[in-house]
Amino acid sequence: MNPVIEKVLHTLRERLGDAVEEVREFRDDVIVVVDRSAIVEAVTWLRDNEECPFPLCEDVFALDAYERIKRFEVNYHFFSIKEHVRIHLKVRVDEDDAVIPSITGVFPGAGWYERESYDMIGVEFSGHPDLRRMYMPEEFEYFPMRKDYPLMGIPGALPLPKRG
Amino acid sequence: MGLESALGEGYITTQLDALIAWGRKNSLWPMPMGLSCCAIELMSAGDPRHDISRFGMEVMRFSPRQSDVMIVAGTVTYKMAHVVRKIYDQMAEPRWVVAMGACASSGGMFRSYSVVQGIDQFLPVDVFTAGCPPRPENLFNALIELQKKVEKSSVLDYRDRKEPIIVS
Repeated sequence: MNPVIEKVLHTLRERLGDAVEEVREFRDDVIVVVDRSAIVEAVTWLRDNEECPFPLCEDVFALDAYERIKRFEVNYHFFSIKEHVRIHLKVRVDEDDAVIPSITGVFPGAGWYERESYDMIGVEFSGHPDLRRMYMPEEFEYFPMRKDYPLMGIPGALPLPKRG
Repeated sequence: MGLESALGEGYITTQLDALIAWGRKNSLWPMPMGLSCCAIELMSAGDPRHDISRFGMEVMRFSPRQSDVMIVAGTVTYKMAHVVRKIYDQMAEPRWVVAMGACASSGGMFRSYSVVQGIDQFLPVDVFTAGCPPRPENLFNALIELQKKVEKSSVLDYRDRKEPIIVS
């Protein structure tokens, strides 16, 4: 593992304590699973630290693991321009309580990523300034990227104009 | 037209009917409803090599009020379907619809919850065109078929919705 990222992980563990649930490495990518209560603090520190700042939020997306107990997982990708390393944060939540604090206060550009995640998977982001649907119409009731949503959709869920 | 009630199906009215149909046929102004990659082929249909103006169709009207034939070129999602229908409703009669390419005709490769599987679900289509995207030649094939249809139509009843034409 890159010594710079090792130091970052060490400090992150110290600051967040038990909120860091899991750390692993896969093909030179470092993945940190954190509890949702710590995500804003973790992201703020990653952006602002002196040693190895991560000022670029490359992506935020949600996925549906379906059979896992904590079904939904939101991934955050950050890139350090100074040290040329990446770090991946993950937050896992249950279907019944799929609410995660929004990181728009730290990275305003994450706002649309979070909207897309809400639209497609149905994870809510508390504190988001404008959590509307992104692609689907406002009156659509389902979350189409969930594994239990049929490929061809639910008949009648998206109305068509009359042929006339 | 008003004439037919005075003159019946006589020489003047039938010849006038044919004249109007001939005029319509040779000045079909398209409404380019370009929604995805088919729109690129639609644009190249207007270039000097293919030259859509040979058919009197070079006047691409971006206002639905001034156009006669809507060329739906591309993937129509459920969200976009309402917009397409609204533009169709704004077009003045007589009006025709060409479904250009696999997506507009049948949903194409997008067999998915968000894409309408064929625009004939919400629009009366006159010509379906195969291809992904169709070459400009195939679009002209469709437009020539549409011209044949327009030529045969009458002022009193221009609609002939029984059999949509399929070109491949």
